[in-house]
Amino acid sequence: MIRHDDFELLRGIVKSRSGLTLSPDKAYLLENRLMAVARKWGMNDIDGLAAAVRGGPNEELLREITEAMTTNETLFFRDQSPFEQLQKVVLPRLMASRKEARHIRIWSAGCSSGQEPYSISMILREQSALFKDWRIDILATDISRTMLDKARAGLYTQFEVQRGLPIAMLMKHFKQAGDKWELDPSIRAMVEFREFNLLGDPGTLGRFDIVFLRNVLIYLDQPTKAQVLEKVCRQMPTDGVLYMGGAETVMGVTEKFQPVSEHRGMYRVTAGGPSQWKTPPASIASNA
Amino acid sequence: MKSCLVVDDSRVIRMVARKIMEELAFEVVEAEDGKVAIERCNQGMPDAVLLDWHMPVMDGLEFLHALRRLPGGDKPKVVFCTTKNDLEHIQEAIKAGADEYIMKPFDSEIIQSKFMQVGLL
Ligand SMILES: C[S@@+](CC[C@H](N)C(=O)[O-])C[C@H]1O[C@@H](n2cnc3c(N)ncnc32)[C@H](O)[C@@H]1O
Repeated sequence: MIRHDDFELLRGIVKSRSGLTLSPDKAYLLENRLMAVARKWGMNDIDGLAAAVRGGPNEELLREITEAMTTNETLFFRDQSPFEQLQKVVLPRLMASRKEARHIRIWSAGCSSGQEPYSISMILREQSALFKDWRIDILATDISRTMLDKARAGLYTQFEVQRGLPIAMLMKHFKQAGDKWELDPSIRAMVEFREFNLLGDPGTLGRFDIVFLRNVLIYLDQPTKAQVLEKVCRQMPTDGVLYMGGAETVMGVTEKFQPVSEHRGMYRVTAGGPSQWKTPPASIASNA
Repeated sequence: MKSCLVVDDSRVIRMVARKIMEELAFEVVEAEDGKVAIERCNQGMPDAVLLDWHMPVMDGLEFLHALRRLPGGDKPKVVFCTTKNDLEHIQEAIKAGADEYIMKPFDSEIIQSKFMQVGLL
């Protein structure tokens, strides 16, 4: 069993570095996940790991401890409907109002191993004729270097390519590489991956018309959630769109965003923008 | 209630698949090869077929060809479920009229994901 003061020390580190909140009933989880870090650093138990932390500042060790406590569960086209909305409603709408600049920026914040941003890039590829002469940036960020490396590699197990990914997409965009499946380099090239801690200032990343911030805030406490959402909001135009996970809400957290009633998981910036996100009339879609 | 015909020569796989499909609220009928499966379809078209490839008597691909020629045989959603885990076989199956494709080993999450893809969940 992990000692109480070790648990307090380690969860404090994780909390201050990432916002991830571990309640005392998660002691077993912390112990399980940090054993690998301990071993890697030549210690055979959590006690030793805690002693190393107390021994003095070691940025690399603290980073690995934090990273080990992130939950990276994800899948292609998770919840399906956000990706359908993106294609049918959000992109046509935003394109109609950005005809001059012909530039749209999308942010997948907390992208884990890349399934989310790559789902977006596959959708864009499917409709590439529509986006001819447009510049569409997809920035994908995460705190975990391990996940970012995995995402950049674009290699997925047989299990991963069978969760959420339609077989037609697998056939079109992947090829076999040993016992893994490799995503087409041209689809991968549409996404830029960067390390970014959501506790930091997203001002350094630029502005975003569409933000996917899904299944990330659930691990953070209420005040941290609110801070993150407020900072994200500052990077968005008034007609910007935010997506959160199916089990998440902004209700009672922030008033910067409001749910779009007809689309689950979708939020608009409170300060402005259309309150209705119905499918646009055909003329807008086709002019775009 | 939607119906699913589970076609596999392994009794164990049929049992596992039946349990998963029943949990997803499907009524399950079983067949141990393609020939028996065609007989079942003649008695009544299922909404879905979960189909093994390699089977004695009539294999999955032959069954699929025969099914699609039956009256009403274009209706069932056919999901292959096989150890043939390479792109060439996937392409062959889809060309023959399969709607989705599962590479074994599978679990309930994969089955659920694939039946969502074909619009039955
Ligand atoms: C459960 S995954 C969600 C992945 C994807 N968005 C989805 O919905 O499928 C959560 C991700 O958030 C990342 N994360 C957690 N805290 C973070 C922070 N403070 N800054 C950046 N990323 C963070 C984790 O590393 C993890 O990869």
